[in-house]
Amino acid sequence: MTGKRTLAYDGGVGDVFKALADPTRRALLDELAARDGQTLFELCGRLMTRHGLSSSRQAISQHLDVLESAGLVHTRREGRYKFHDLDTTPLREITRRWPVPKE
Amino acid sequence: MRINVCSVLVDDQDKALRFYTQVLGFVKKTEVPVSDEYRWLTVVGPGEPDGVELLLEPDSHPAVRPFKEALVADGIPFTSFAVEDVQAEYDRLTALGVVFTQPPTEMGPVTTAVLDDTCGNLIQIAEMSA
Repeated sequence: MTGKRTLAYDGGVGDVFKALADPTRRALLDELAARDGQTLFELCGRLMTRHGLSSSRQAISQHLDVLESAGLVHTRREGRYKFHDLDTTPLREITRRWPVPKE
Repeated sequence: MRINVCSVLVDDQDKALRFYTQVLGFVKKTEVPVSDEYRWLTVVGPGEPDGVELLLEPDSHPAVRPFKEALVADGIPFTSFAVEDVQAEYDRLTALGVVFTQPPTEMGPVTTAVLDDTCGNLIQIAEMSA
């Protein structure tokens, strides 16, 4: 079992691919790239008004959980608020594995 | 039937009255004692003495605090006010030390921002885009 897993994916990169495979999650990353440190409320508003995605707040929250377990989003408690930040570091593994030629 | 009062649930009526009048700029309309502890305390918009009243209602019921905390954690404003210019209000209020969880942001036909009322609530201010 472990051998098979190593064959398929190296380390935690599998989670990144799964996280990126969903258009709603990609839209969440787009909006966090536009502005870091957003609440769930702001992200839901941006998805609805800028991407026409009217998923429920619960569904968005679950998408954020997937992004967080892939290391692409970090949540930060600041006082009584919870903010979401983008972290693109896990994407580096993709170009490390399949180098992109210089332009 | 008409709508004449809506409520915000506040943790301290005196503090709320200060914030909603001195900071946000509303005007006190009614203040009537209803117990040793609490008052029927309302404010109205400046220049709108007969407009809808906002009741600064104590949040002492045990179910209210967890409800408010859950909304605040997710950044959800339960109450929204209309403004002429969100950016101008944002600038004015941040200069007064008001904390925003969302700076002015275009959301389709409206521009909104979200602020902390210091009484346990997030408040949205909204401007219809031209």
